[in-house]
This record gives sequence, structure tokens and C-alpha cells, in this order.
Amino acid sequence: MIHFVILVSRQGKVRLTKWFSPYTQKERSKVMRELSGIILNRGPKLCNFVEWRGFKVVYKRYASLYFCMCVDQNDNELETLEIIHHYVEILDRYFGSVCELDLIFNFHKAYYILDELLLAGELQESSKRTVGRMIATHDRFVEVAKEEASSIGTFIAQVRM
Amino acid sequence: MNPFSSGTRLRDMIRAIRACKTAAEERAVVRKECAAIRAAINENDQDYRHRNLAKLMFIHMLGYPTHFGQMECLKLIASSGFPEKRIGYLGLMLLLDERQEVLMLVTNSLKQDLNHSNQYIVGLALCALGNICSAEMARDLAPEVERLLQFRDPNIRKKAALCSIRIIKKVPELAENFINPAAALLKEKHHGVLITGVQLCTDLCKVSEDALEYFRKKCTEGLVKTLKDVVNSPYAPEYDIAGITDPFLHIRLLKLLRELGQGDADASECMNDMLAQVATKTESNKNAGNAILYECVETIMSIEDNGGLRVLAINILGRFLSNRDNNIRYVALNMLMKAITVDAQAVQRHRATILECVKDSDASIRKRALELVYVLVNEGNVKPLTKELIDYLEVSDEEFKGDLTAKICSIVAKFSPEKIWYIDQMLKVLSEAGNFVKDEVWHAVIVVISNASDLHGYTVRALYRALQLSAEQESLVRVAIWCIGEYGDLLVNNVGMLNVEDPITVTESDAVDVIEIAIKHHTSDLTTKAMAMVALLKLSSRFPSCSERIKDIVVQYKGSLVLELQQRSIEMNSIIAKHQNIRSTLVERMPVLDEATFIGKRAGSIQATVSPSAGASINLPNGVAKPTAAPLVDLLDLGSDDVPAPSSSGGDLLHDLLGVDLSTASTQSGVNHAPKNGTDVLLDLLSIGSPTQSSQSVSDMLSSSQDNKTPVSPLEGLSSPSSNSIQPTSAGAAPTIDLLDGFSSNPPKQENNGTAYPSVVAFESSNLKMVFNFSKLPGNPQTTVIEATFTNLSTNIYSDFIFQAAVPKFLQLHLDPASGNTLPASGNGSITQTLRVTNSQHGKKSLVMRIRIAYKMNNKDVLEEGQISNFPRGL
Repeated sequence: MIHFVILVSRQGKVRLTKWFSPYTQKERSKVMRELSGIILNRGPKLCNFVEWRGFKVVYKRYASLYFCMCVDQNDNELETLEIIHHYVEILDRYFGSVCELDLIFNFHKAYYILDELLLAGELQESSKRTVGRMIATHDRFVEVAKEEASSIGTFIAQVRM
Repeated sequence: MNPFSSGTRLRDMIRAIRACKTAAEERAVVRKECAAIRAAINENDQDYRHRNLAKLMFIHMLGYPTHFGQMECLKLIASSGFPEKRIGYLGLMLLLDERQEVLMLVTNSLKQDLNHSNQYIVGLALCALGNICSAEMARDLAPEVERLLQFRDPNIRKKAALCSIRIIKKVPELAENFINPAAALLKEKHHGVLITGVQLCTDLCKVSEDALEYFRKKCTEGLVKTLKDVVNSPYAPEYDIAGITDPFLHIRLLKLLRELGQGDADASECMNDMLAQVATKTESNKNAGNAILYECVETIMSIEDNGGLRVLAINILGRFLSNRDNNIRYVALNMLMKAITVDAQAVQRHRATILECVKDSDASIRKRALELVYVLVNEGNVKPLTKELIDYLEVSDEEFKGDLTAKICSIVAKFSPEKIWYIDQMLKVLSEAGNFVKDEVWHAVIVVISNASDLHGYTVRALYRALQLSAEQESLVRVAIWCIGEYGDLLVNNVGMLNVEDPITVTESDAVDVIEIAIKHHTSDLTTKAMAMVALLKLSSRFPSCSERIKDIVVQYKGSLVLELQQRSIEMNSIIAKHQNIRSTLVERMPVLDEATFIGKRAGSIQATVSPSAGASINLPNGVAKPTAAPLVDLLDLGSDDVPAPSSSGGDLLHDLLGVDLSTASTQSGVNHAPKNGTDVLLDLLSIGSPTQSSQSVSDMLSSSQDNKTPVSPLEGLSSPSSNSIQPTSAGAAPTIDLLDGFSSNPPKQENNGTAYPSVVAFESSNLKMVFNFSKLPGNPQTTVIEATFTNLSTNIYSDFIFQAAVPKFLQLHLDPASGNTLPASGNGSITQTLRVTNSQHGKKSLVMRIRIAYKMNNKDVLEEGQISNFPRGL
């Protein structure tokens, strides 16, 4: 199972964290510091796996962002790499050639997409299109709610907060 | 945007934070935002609640505290609209974790949402539940989730399936409720439902034996068919990755089949053909294909034996191993580790490649490869493999040296064909990476050296040479100074030259030089310095010509700020200066250390010292204590330095050396015998730098014999005026000398070798004398009958006289009733009591006994204790 997902920039800034196993807030920041130290310092030609505290962290760099997933010792690392790529492709479709700034200003969107892809630390959907459709439906609900709200005359700033 | 709205938009806040040049600026912005959000919370602001929560999430990601926003999540979840719930659940998952009490408050909202008419809201609730639910929530909401496994929309079914995984992991006893609905999911066509269903079944198998049996019987064939369909399915753009339809589904199916096939021949048989097809037909030019092959290999290795398939699997791994992609090589090494239990021979064929991987530039690969090499080593290949590893040690990264040396040492110790090879290899490791070697390792080296009596000369010369080249490796220095201290005479005289050695000229003063450098070197720690000090003491006796110089070196530490060194310096100085007559006896060569005992101890002590890291450094000095401990023990004629370790505890070597039954000692060690008299000071000498229990228990053993400040018979000669009175430790040196004086003038009675055993004054104090007469039962050499006669030396009558005795485990003691319990004054009568001692180690070990005598004198309780170790040999 995937214990957590971390997106971290080359400068060590955390862009997204998702925890499927219980970690206290203190442990979380310790884990992030520790892992970004290890992963950002690894050379470009090395393998994408790091053994860490009895787990394996599978990471892959896309442009300036490192996508890291922590899995069990017995999990299939190659498949985890494929899951990371799967997520990146879905982000890419949704944002239209995604970049780090998209993920900063629309971080909640990145979370919503991840929630459609992973649940309880396991892969939920292998079709990119299905995930895209789900997110689109959700977004439409929000739009409708916003229009209703504005038509009544009260301003409710919705997802474009 | 509402012109009257308070605060900034989310986008503006992120921009403001990103524009900050310094951390202080960022903190200021965040503080301002947090203040505004708190104010809004206090006013119970409805309109911007979701925006504020979004801001809080961003602030949370930056690492600032956001606990004050937790209740806002609950409020948003409780509101009716989808947008509010969506962000509320997101906040819940991000800001809280399952251990927070607040979470319990959300159970009710979750229950309502799981029954909501809007299926997307049901989806949100399932997602939150699956990601953070606690065991209690799992129990409460399991029926809802179970029902949702049959929901009409597949997107809800798949979420419910994964949610069920969390529930059964939190509460395994709920597993049986999910077996049937999970089996139903396996028949689905929707890939999302299928992969989550397969995953659920896999996890059910792990927590429930019933589930495993059920799926094995009912679903194996169906799963094989599903796998067949997906393997042979035509191009499906929605699921296609690198020409393969849904590799994720492939992998999950293979995983579940592995669970089902493991330990069941029928199920394994059922899937064999399909596995063979996957193993042969899957394209291996892309990562997705390799991921499937990797999973397939693991399944083949795990299920019941099928020779043909395993050959196929090993071949795939061989191909992986020669791949240029580091990821593929990594997983190959990983899998070969598992394959080795199945087919060690096949893995051995790849030895050369694996050895290359140990030298890879990638730490992850190196680590895997090293683990693998470690299990590949056997008697046949240990020499070449060790050579390769040691060669690599010279060029490896600093951070890898620790792992590497640990493994090399372990290999060498386990498989070494002969002692000289072991010593050679360990010297290489110590010279190359002595600073990375664990304490057990160099302790073990010393034990082995001590046992290789024909190699003492060779070893000490080799160490001397090595020390010239790598003096900065601490543990090499320690082993070297220990050996030079012990075998310094062999070093100087080239005794026992082997053919392979080059002759070497070392003068006595060269040898002292080496130790002087070690003791003065700034990087040497206390242990090394203390060891060097002991070595110097030994050399002062071995090399009389250097005695003056050694004395000068030792004297320099009289003012050392480290108490241990200071004390040793003073003690040794007085030994050198004033006790020439006994010095040579005192620093005699160590008796051979018992390997089996050491290994046993180490196994025990490793467990004992696993948790606190401090343990290691404190235990260190036991090594130091060894050199002086043994001769002294010999002097005291405890005569049992080869008693096997009491197997129960992982003590240390010092215990072995003394070998006295520590269980009897420890019964009395409850009272801390503060240094009362000279004995303790002497014992301190034995335990340089070790405030450990060993010195405590030793001192207990010996000092207890003097509890009433009256010397016992083996120490009788010690009775200098001072030893009857309490001596503060600060005057430590003086009583030590007195004790030693006593020894030199009155050597213990070791020569009583006759078959008719002479009587022995086993115990004598100013008030009491105890004489032992020995006889053997005919035909039973193991048993000795001892007749103890007690005589009162004082002018008072003793009443309530009780004699007690205790012996180590290898002895059995039987006490007959005493002839009386009143002892007339001034030797006008005696009490006799018969003891029968059976020595299970007859011929190997001498008798040893602790005694305690209690009586009333003038109505006052008197207790005398002692240790008897002057039994005649051969009892």
C-alpha cells in the first residue's frame, strides 16, 4: 500500500502531501524534511528507489517537481512508478500541460484529482478518462452552485477563491 | 468580488506569500492571514468559510500550525451544498489524522452523507472514510460501506471496495462480512471496480484464513480467466499503457493469484499455464511491461513448485540484471534475494554481475547487492568474494563503509577456513575501515588472536606493521596495543616467524613508541588510552630496560582530568615503583579466552544492548579489564576462569573470567557495597573505565567476604593494620599496595595436590575459625565429603550458630545438620557439620564456595561471610 504521497520542488518546497497512514503533524514535517534531503541530493542517473526506515520511497522527477510515493518493502516499485506517471498524465490533461505554478495556485485541484486516483493507499482507477470525467462532474456541481448563489444576489466566492 | 468582503482572495494570499523575500516576511504575512481567519471563525462567518479553509490548507502545507481551523472542516461538512462538503472533506483529510478526537465528531455527518441521494456526495464521504477512519469509525460505518459495495454506479462501488480495505485492516474481525460482496466484485467488467475488488480480496486473504480458503475454492479459475482476457484483449485506448492493456489490473491479478497459489498445489496448477504465458509474451521494452514481468516472477517464485516455470523466472531475472536501466537492475537484485531460497544454484551463476553491483555508484543498488552477496557466500567462495569486498572497501564511499565492514566481518567470522586467513582479513578491514567497525567485532578479533597461540608472533608483527600505515583507525589501534602489551616480547624477538613473513626489526623502545603515540594521540578516546596504559604496564615488566621510560609516561597521567586515567596512572605507577617482586606475576600473559563463551555472551548482549545506543560505549572497557583481570583471578585462585557462561544472561567477558556463579553474588548485590576497604580499590583496577555491573558484582563477591572488616583466610596474609578499619577510597593507593604485599608474601595454596586431601583452614576471622577436612566416597570421584569444624576464637559464647553455603551451578551441595548450635568460648569445644559436594565438572574445575555464618554474641547478631577458593585441586 502507499503510505504517503509527497510533491516537493527542487528547492525543497512541499507542494502537496497526502497521508494514508497515521503520522502526527510532527512526524509529517520530520518525514518531509528527511526525504527531501535524501531525494533532492540523488544524482540524475540513479535508480528511482530509496530505502528508508523499512519502506521504499519511489520518486520521479518531472521538470522542477519530484513526485514521491512511499510504499511497503514488498510492493512493486516499477508499478508505483507507473502510478506516479499515471497521476502526472491526468494532471497534464486537466491543466493542459501542467506546470508547477498550476499546482501552487490550484493545489486543491491537485488534491481532488489524487482523491479520484488513490484511496486508502491503493489505486482506484486505471482509466485517465474516468478520473477526468469525475473531476469535471464535480467542477460542474460547484459552478452550478455558484450560479445559483449569484442569481440570488449573494456573493459567494466559490472555488476561485 | 464583493467589494465589502473582508480579507484577500486565496490567489492573492498565495501571491503575497510567494513574493516574500525572507522567512520573516513570510511569517508576517501568514500571521496576518491567520489573525483574519481566526476573527472570521469567531464571528462565525458563513460566506468565506470555504475560502478560509482553503487558505488554511495552504498555510498548513507551509508548515504553520492550523489546529484552530479543524472545527471549520466539520461545519463545512455539515452544510448542505456539494462545494462546501467537497472542501470540508479535503480539509478534514489534510488537517486531521485518525488519532485526533475531533474526528469522532464527524462520524454522524459521514453516516448521513453515505446515505445521501447525491452519489457524488456519497463518493466524497467514502473517500474521507477510506483515508482517515479510525477503528471506532470503521466499526460504526462498516454496514454502510458494505451496502455501498452493491451500489448501482461503479464509481461508488470501487470507492466502497477500497474503503472496505481500510475497515478490515483496522478491524480484522469484520472481514467475514466482506467476503461475499468482494467475491461478487471479481465478476465485474468495469476496470475500476475490478482492480479495487481484486485488491480487496488480496487484503481479505491476508487478514482472514476463511477468506483465503473461500477465494481459493470459488474464484481461482475465474481469476485466471480474467487474467487471460486482459492479457489477450485487443487494443483499448482507455486503458492502454505502452501497448499493454491496463498493466495495473495485470499486476493486481498476479498478486491475488500469488496469495491463492501459495501453499496450495491445486490452485498453483490451475494458474501455471497462464503465468507461463504472461512470462513469455509480455513485452519488456517499457517500464509497464517490466512491472508485470517482475510481479509475475514473484508469483512464480511463491506458488508451489513448477520446475519449468522457475527456470523461466530466473532467466527473466538474469535479463533484468544485465539491463542498463538502474531501476530494473534494482528490482532484479531485490527478487534474486527471494529466489535464493528457491534455487540458490541459479542465483550463484550471476555472482559476478551481483558483485559488480556492489560497486555501483547508486547507493540503493549497492545496498541490495551487498545483502545479496552476503547470502551468496559459502565455504567454497568465501575467499574470492571477501577479497573483492575488501578491495572495494578501499575505494567505497564513507557512508557505505559501515554497512560494508559489518557484512565483511560477519562473512569472515562465519566462513573463515583457517585462523591465519581470518586474522589477515580482519587486519585488512581494521586498517582500511577500523573506525567503522563495531565493538563486538574487534572484541572478537582479540578473542580469536588469543586462541591462535601459534600465530601470536605473526599477528603482533602484522599489527605493528599495519599500525605504521593506518594509525588513525581507532579499533586497529586498540587491537594492536592489546597485542603488543600481551605479546610484546614476540614482536621484538621475531619469535615464531612464518615462511610468508618478511623479517622485521623492532626494538623494545620501538614497541613502547607505538603505545606512547597511541596514548598521546589527540583522537584516542578513553578506552584506547586506558588500554594503552595497561599495555604499558605489561611492557614495563616484559622490557625491563624501558621500565623507567614507561614510568615517565604513566606518571604524566597522574594529573589527567579524566578520573579513570588519573586513578590508573597512580595505581600503575605504584605497582611499577614499589612492587617489583609481584609485578611480573601481575602482568602475566592472559589465559586463552574462551571462544564459545564469548560468542554466547555476545549473542546475549547484542539483544541486551539493541535499544540504548549508550550501552556500547559503556561496555567497551571490559576489553581493557581483561588483561589484568585474569592474572589477578589466578592469584586469588578462584581457579575457574573457564567456567562456561551462565547461559541466561548476556553479561560480559569479565564475568566469564571470574566465572563464579554470579547468581549467588547477585543475591547480595542489592546492598551497594560502597568502597569500604582496600579490596574495592583493587577491584577498580580490574575494571578500568567500566562503571558497569561487572565491577559491581565482582566487588560484591570479594568485598562481601570482608563485610565485617575481618580478613578471611585466603586473604589472611593481608591483615595489615589498615585493612581492619574503614578506608576511604581517596586513600586508594595505600590499601591496594597492602593487599598486593599480602599476596606476594603469602601466595595462595595451590600445591595441595596429593590424593589424601589435606585439611584446609577455609575461613578465619578474629572471632571464628573454620577448618575443612576432605574425604572421597569410594567409587564416586565426583563427590567430596567435607567435614567442617568451627572453633570460637573469642571469649564469648556464640549461640544460634548457623552455617550456610552456596556453590556455582556446576556443583551440587548437600548440608547435613550441624552437631549443635552453641559454640563455647576460647576454643573449648567445636561444632562440626558435614557437607557433600558433587562436582559435575570433576577434573576440569575446582571447587568454589561462598559461605555465611550467623550467630549471636552477647545477644548481638553477628554475620560473617566469605568465599572459599583455596580448596585442594582435584576435588
